[in-house]
Amino acid sequence: MAKRIDVKDLNLYYGKFHAVDSVSLAVPPHSVTAFIGPSGCGKSTVLRSLNRMHEVIPGARAEGKVLLDGEDVYASSVDPVSVRRTIGMVFQRPNPFPTMSIRDNVVAGLKLAGERDKRKLDRVAEEALRGANLWAEVKDRLNRPGGGLSGGQQQRLCIARAIAVRPDVLLMDEPCSALDPISTLAIEDLIGELKKDYTIVIVTHNMQQAARVSDQTAFFNLAGVGQPGRLVEVDDTERIFSNPGQKATEDYISGRFG
Amino acid sequence: MSDSDMVGRPAAPGASTGGARGGVASKTAPEAPISSTAPGKGGPSTKKTPPAEPTPAAKVVTRPGDKIFKTLTVGSGVFVVAMIVLIGVFLLIQAIPSLVDNDANFLFSRVWDAEPPDLAFGVLDLLLVTVFSSVFALLIAMPVSLGIALFLTQYAPRRLARPFAYLVDLLAAVPSIIYGLWGAYVLAPALAPISTWLNENLGWIPLFATGSSNLAIGQTIFTAGIVLAVMLLPIITAISREVFDRTPSMQIEGALALGATKWEVVRTTVLPFGKAGYISASMLGLGRALGETIAVLIILSSTNQNFGFSLFDGGDTIASKIARAAQEFNDPRGAGAYIAAGLVLFILTFVVNAFARSIIAGHKEYE
Repeated sequence: MAKRIDVKDLNLYYGKFHAVDSVSLAVPPHSVTAFIGPSGCGKSTVLRSLNRMHEVIPGARAEGKVLLDGEDVYASSVDPVSVRRTIGMVFQRPNPFPTMSIRDNVVAGLKLAGERDKRKLDRVAEEALRGANLWAEVKDRLNRPGGGLSGGQQQRLCIARAIAVRPDVLLMDEPCSALDPISTLAIEDLIGELKKDYTIVIVTHNMQQAARVSDQTAFFNLAGVGQPGRLVEVDDTERIFSNPGQKATEDYISGRFG
Repeated sequence: MSDSDMVGRPAAPGASTGGARGGVASKTAPEAPISSTAPGKGGPSTKKTPPAEPTPAAKVVTRPGDKIFKTLTVGSGVFVVAMIVLIGVFLLIQAIPSLVDNDANFLFSRVWDAEPPDLAFGVLDLLLVTVFSSVFALLIAMPVSLGIALFLTQYAPRRLARPFAYLVDLLAAVPSIIYGLWGAYVLAPALAPISTWLNENLGWIPLFATGSSNLAIGQTIFTAGIVLAVMLLPIITAISREVFDRTPSMQIEGALALGATKWEVVRTTVLPFGKAGYISASMLGLGRALGETIAVLIILSSTNQNFGFSLFDGGDTIASKIARAAQEFNDPRGAGAYIAAGLVLFILTFVVNAFARSIIAGHKEYE
């Protein structure tokens, strides 16, 4: 079930490079939080640190705390693999496993978790595909490769794959940036439905999208060239887009910023 | 290219005459020159009939550099094909007279008498030893190469992976005569206790039955196969490593984000992605093993017995048989018998390599 996330004094590094400086923010359950900001400001890095995907890059490391309902996912006793099973992720470009069928793609996570019961897998596959609004389009070709779908369908397949394991949190890293407007709309509608069951954090370059789908918005910015990225402010989306607390935020959302 | 040039260029006069394209052309007059400068986009312009008089701009200019380069590249391509055809023709021409005089069935006889005037030779025994030893080598080399390639691409720290990969590549640079010497004088005696144990305890399996070769000396297919396996390692490893390295990182991250462990990432993304490359690498290795001559020649003991499908047999592969006899070719018909055997090897390696290529071609969609 949806859980809350509390980030406390999170510092992120790539080798010696200090990428993100001391981020603290809270994400309530059953909400959509959007991360916005210019390229290279560390918003994707912060997102990836929430399910410990940051550290799979050689040399990358994190300092600080990410609490999932009060439990630190960076505690020494926590296995990153189990963190990723409870915090799902959808990437910028759709990445279904090309050698697997549509059905096998959806249940890949469950199979990794050791589920072998074929009937249960079939049921979960249908549920997840329905949850991702893809069932009607693929129900007749579940055994065909996932790579044969359109880009928007592939992305929804990836969302189905992520929610099939019933995670507590769903992270989305610019999920619509490789999609056309119609597919984008389909995904945005889906995000609105998914927040009933999940806590969602989404990185987006599209400010209208942030305004449309999110309940709260976090604005990230660079302190300067070569400086670490930092969280400028986080607030209700309505406030950020109408009456932000910081001048930098206002400049960015009104387009007065590079 | 030249086709689309022809189609694209006349579009400019087409816009001025207007008629052919009807109303659209006159409405979008400013766009017409744009489409004429983009000859690749055939689309609508291919449908209309080009005006009769050719414009002077339609003449394609060929510069001497292009001409020379094209001639060179086409020439090189033709050269390679011609070489292969010529080799095949050479083998055929040399082999046919001897095959005609052959008293035995060439493909199914197991005797080899290439002493004129009474030729009676069959390639079956040689072919069996060739395939048997190569497949045995491949069975050893495939899993080990897979392990090395996965270790180098997925597990080894980057600082270690580079020199290690270099070391494996160096194995390919060792001349096969060195492998042969090492196999015959170091590995063969060292394997004696192992092969003796296998023979005594598992001798009821035909594979480990007592063969034609003395186990204490170790000039067996067992030894030769292991040496061949070492020679195959760098070939299979190098290609597999490159294929595994090209696994798209977003695939790997997708698996990681689902909570896959290292091994599960390898299983769900790296292996399916690299499977075709790995198999074709193995087939290329097999091609190499089939044709390996000098190492096998040094290691294997000659025998008059028929090959009995035991690892502890001696014998000769096609290549080593030819090499053993090559110095004594004094009669064209005797030599022709060996060349006929060579033709079989040529076709065999050709088929194996073609098979490897077809696997690569069949799996392009996953790259």
